[in-house]
Amino acid sequence: MEIELRHIHKTFGPVHANNDITLNVPSGIIQGLLGENGAGKSTLMKILSGYFHPDSGEIRINGSPIVMHSPADALRFGIGMLHQDPMDFPPMRVLDNFMVGYPQGLHPPRKEARAALKKISDQFGFSLDPDAYVDTLTIGERQQLEIARLLWLGAQVLIFDEPTTGISAQQKDSLFAALRRLAKEGKTVIFVTHKLEEVEILCDRVAVLRAGKLVGTATPPYDLDGLVRMMFGKAVSKGKRTPIEFGKPVLQLKNLAVEDSRLRIEGVNLEVREGEVIGLAGMEGSGQRQLLRAAAGLVRPVEGEIWVDGHNLTGKTYHDFLRRGVAYVPASRLEEGLVPTLSLMEHVILANEQRGLVIDRQAALEDTRKRIQTFNIRGRPLLPVESLSGGNQQRALLALLRPGLRLLLMEHPTRGLDIESAIWVWSTLKQRCREERTAIFFMSSDLEEILHYSDRILVFFSGQVSEPIPAESATTEQLGQLIGGRGFKTGKEASS
Amino acid sequence: MNERNANLLFATIAILVALVFTSFVLVLAGASPVAAYWYILKGSLGSWTKVADVLVAWVPLLLVTTGLLITFAAGLWNIGIEGQIVLGGIFTTWVLRLLQHSAMAPGLILFLAIAAGALGGALWAVLAGVLKVYGGVNEIFGGLGLDFVAVALTLWLIFGPWKRPGIGSMSGTEPFPESLWLPTLGHTRLSLWALLLGIVSIALVYFLLSGTYFGLKLKAVGKNPRAAYLLGIPATRYLMSAFLLSGLFAGLAGAVQVTAVYHRLIPAISSGYGWLGLMVSMLINFQPAWAAPVTLFFAILNIGSIQLPIVLQLDSSLSGVLQGALVLSFLLMAGVRQKWVARLRAEEGEA
Repeated sequence: MEIELRHIHKTFGPVHANNDITLNVPSGIIQGLLGENGAGKSTLMKILSGYFHPDSGEIRINGSPIVMHSPADALRFGIGMLHQDPMDFPPMRVLDNFMVGYPQGLHPPRKEARAALKKISDQFGFSLDPDAYVDTLTIGERQQLEIARLLWLGAQVLIFDEPTTGISAQQKDSLFAALRRLAKEGKTVIFVTHKLEEVEILCDRVAVLRAGKLVGTATPPYDLDGLVRMMFGKAVSKGKRTPIEFGKPVLQLKNLAVEDSRLRIEGVNLEVREGEVIGLAGMEGSGQRQLLRAAAGLVRPVEGEIWVDGHNLTGKTYHDFLRRGVAYVPASRLEEGLVPTLSLMEHVILANEQRGLVIDRQAALEDTRKRIQTFNIRGRPLLPVESLSGGNQQRALLALLRPGLRLLLMEHPTRGLDIESAIWVWSTLKQRCREERTAIFFMSSDLEEILHYSDRILVFFSGQVSEPIPAESATTEQLGQLIGGRGFKTGKEASS
Repeated sequence: MNERNANLLFATIAILVALVFTSFVLVLAGASPVAAYWYILKGSLGSWTKVADVLVAWVPLLLVTTGLLITFAAGLWNIGIEGQIVLGGIFTTWVLRLLQHSAMAPGLILFLAIAAGALGGALWAVLAGVLKVYGGVNEIFGGLGLDFVAVALTLWLIFGPWKRPGIGSMSGTEPFPESLWLPTLGHTRLSLWALLLGIVSIALVYFLLSGTYFGLKLKAVGKNPRAAYLLGIPATRYLMSAFLLSGLFAGLAGAVQVTAVYHRLIPAISSGYGWLGLMVSMLINFQPAWAAPVTLFFAILNIGSIQLPIVLQLDSSLSGVLQGALVLSFLLMAGVRQKWVARLRAEEGEA
């Protein structure tokens, strides 16, 4: 089945997620879709699979335009999507999951379904036990189940959104074999990824998205540097940096390993010195957040040690870190950073040192007014924080940080801010580095921000961590390749 | 329309909805709604004795609601409140039984008994807290379970170890000597001590929640435990304190029931005030300032409907119908108001 996307537009508020995208995908090939975070890949695929409705533009199948209102609609047209996180029902059995979405009948045909599941499994070399519970399956097996289900429901076009996140190398090989087989049988396969290597070994052609636009296409043999330039754009300015003399080490990570259900990061050795800014680059979900959280005591490392100012804080709680002058600023402001329904003033009271038992509201009000002025927050002291705009919530979070911090750990310090606000935020952060000797350890999906404000950069790829790269000598191509998983030499390998 | 007027309007609509619904139920039952409402008023405020009766019912309800405001501030559904009242009653009875024949001054015995009641309620609440924090049992399930255990414990005590000489009966344990009753006002059943306890309690908790670090931190933990943790607030300690204080006030309610109202332990010592307190808390949207007037109104309904069976052959559970209808219609109006505000904001955003 041939798919044509014509002049697709989609906006979310001020964000133009898909900007006039036109793309043809013939059947029988594996079409790659490459781009960094927020480039618009997932939006485009959700439009193609009926999740979103485009603001304008047209989707054609074999030349005739179609309109879809839901993913079920899309399946009727033969289009099925595998989401990044499997959308299945973990407490149910494999066979029940397989049959969910079967279009008709009060009495589902269990027997036929079982036979069909077995047939498809044999065909593709999947090993699925129909009676196992889904929550006992690995992510890879859950993908296999989803592929089988979509095929059974008649999907001719299969969309895979970053399917190799969190699966083993072996499962990846069998997934790729299945994809090749699907293409050979004449199905249309669209493969969304940010990993250059996967494009190289799997895709028959690739389209690159950046900032909502289709910026180019390529066929093998691929020019990787060219792809990186397309993904990240060319001009990433590094800005002037005023050299700061770094002091003694504040944070020391010694052979640290952190683990969660998807990733394991290991062998991280790093010293962050007073006044230094370290940026963590990489696609979202490559392990930056885990490391950042571990450095704050929010996640317990499985191996290694964390030292702050010469004190071993391994295994201590975040509150112990807090007492040593470490602060953590999360990206999700209203979920983790602020307390909805409480006012800005109440946040200031909570952030300040407690004096006595009874709150001095007058003093708190004055303090809050002062901070509103200093941090240029548009809002009033007694209004609930959720009434602030996103940018002002970010300013509020910064306004709550105590003076004289030793180490500041930040997730996406300027996400959702306009350029002026972002520059202002960084000027206050850099001031802390200069005047209070605070060290900053931050993650961002904005490569420009990382290059511009960091002194050294760590690049993450699927749980691998690069050696610290001095920002001054780093190039976009070098970082882009690393983010895409090329040319990795981890700190651990380098030292051994 | 500004927000204040809008709130007033929605509250008025809620009350009207509840009245219309209840009137409808009355008509179905073949009674005149006007007459029923009139008798409720007359039966609760028609004489000083009746006003005193209203206050007798008000005190435990106010104490229970006071306690619930603390757990609700911490984002907890303290369904175990009934059991905590019961444990208050049991502990008070226990101390009174131990000391009633001693040479101690009656005032001191009463004081110890009431303090024991507070302790009993607090212990039962902390148990629910421990189950939640360390056992991973949702406080709603844990509390409900502990409610049943508490009632079973009362029955066992009344028909077992604490039974009346001869045979145990549903009428409760042997009444205590009059010297161990909380002194009441004139010929009424109202104890000024109990009244004072209720008023001081709600005033204290009002201040605790609005003016102290403790209250603010409790609210932060209740509204967003993750952010509270990042702000450096030890959530577990605050959750346990909330349970403890809530149980303490519930225990006091049980103690008042024993020392001022029934003068013995009876099977229904909690009189359902725990459930009623939960309803009131929801009705007032957990705002301490409204606790006193609304609990008073609920007490008026409870006392006023006592005479309905006599004069109108209606069941006295009518007060429950009206109370339930009020809570539901207020919650409904809160939902309507939210949608209205959201639409208003959306329109503003487009404009």
